[in-house]
Amino acid sequence: MLAVTAIALVRLHSLFAAAMLTGIYSLLCASLFVLMDAVDVAFTEAAVGAGIITIMLLGTLALIRESPDSKEPHRLQILPMAVVVITGAALIYATRDMPAFGDPYAPAHQHVAPRYIEKSGAEVGPPNIVTSVLASYRGYDTLGEVTVIFTAGVGVIMLLGHRRKDRS
Amino acid sequence: MRRNPVVSEVSDLLVPAILLFGLYVQFHGDFGPGGGFQAGVIFAVGIILYALIHGLEKTRKSIPDNILYVCMALGLLLFAGTGLISMFLDGEFLNYSVLGKTPLAGQHLGILLIELGIGITVAAVLITLFYAFAGRRNK
Repeated sequence: MLAVTAIALVRLHSLFAAAMLTGIYSLLCASLFVLMDAVDVAFTEAAVGAGIITIMLLGTLALIRESPDSKEPHRLQILPMAVVVITGAALIYATRDMPAFGDPYAPAHQHVAPRYIEKSGAEVGPPNIVTSVLASYRGYDTLGEVTVIFTAGVGVIMLLGHRRKDRS
Repeated sequence: MRRNPVVSEVSDLLVPAILLFGLYVQFHGDFGPGGGFQAGVIFAVGIILYALIHGLEKTRKSIPDNILYVCMALGLLLFAGTGLISMFLDGEFLNYSVLGKTPLAGQHLGILLIELGIGITVAAVLITLFYAFAGRRNK
């Protein structure tokens, strides 16, 4: 379904429908995350991807006028197509070497994860290990992330935020 | 803005629920899924829904830009300040164990504070973004 939505998204001409499809795509992603037990990520994806991004896109569409649809026919372009296909094939080939989903002996689960799982209850406390890792063990990273969000907000205020003074 | 009574009534019912859910996710993040980022996002979505239904100007009156700007910085300062305080209490930067009587209590307090900081910053930034985009129309 994700693939179908993505293909439809690429082939659409109407920007409005494309914005809506982006929201649907995010919602599908969110359900995928729920299936993989990453509820936190699913929360964020549903709220940001499906909600806020769609609204922002619509807001932008309201600002710019819909461009006169370019009626150029879809022409198969060899080089971009080849690059995309080869990259996709390489990625799919690489997934064959990846450990199975949820494999406890995967390298990613051998490094610090066992310590988090075994000791975070005694060292940090909260029953939700994700919170302990994010807030306590990885406090620096999270501080960095918040700083990035803050900087982004300041940037937007500088560029767009000030309401124009009426030049009368 | 054209008013559709069904949409406006339903969203009036939903907005308080969304805001409440945001606060729940914020303060229950230690026990269930969620945390500052998610809570901030959900809270912002609630406000944005209200703004979509009742108009930007009305929302801007109840939550003025200045307060949002202050909140953006406040959240970040709360996070970094928690780290600094733990440094002054003979711990490392962002080591919350020294904040409470026992390490666990300290960790709990520290996490609560920084999650609150994250939530405030994220919500304020997102609402600001929405204001910035939606406000361009009325020039």
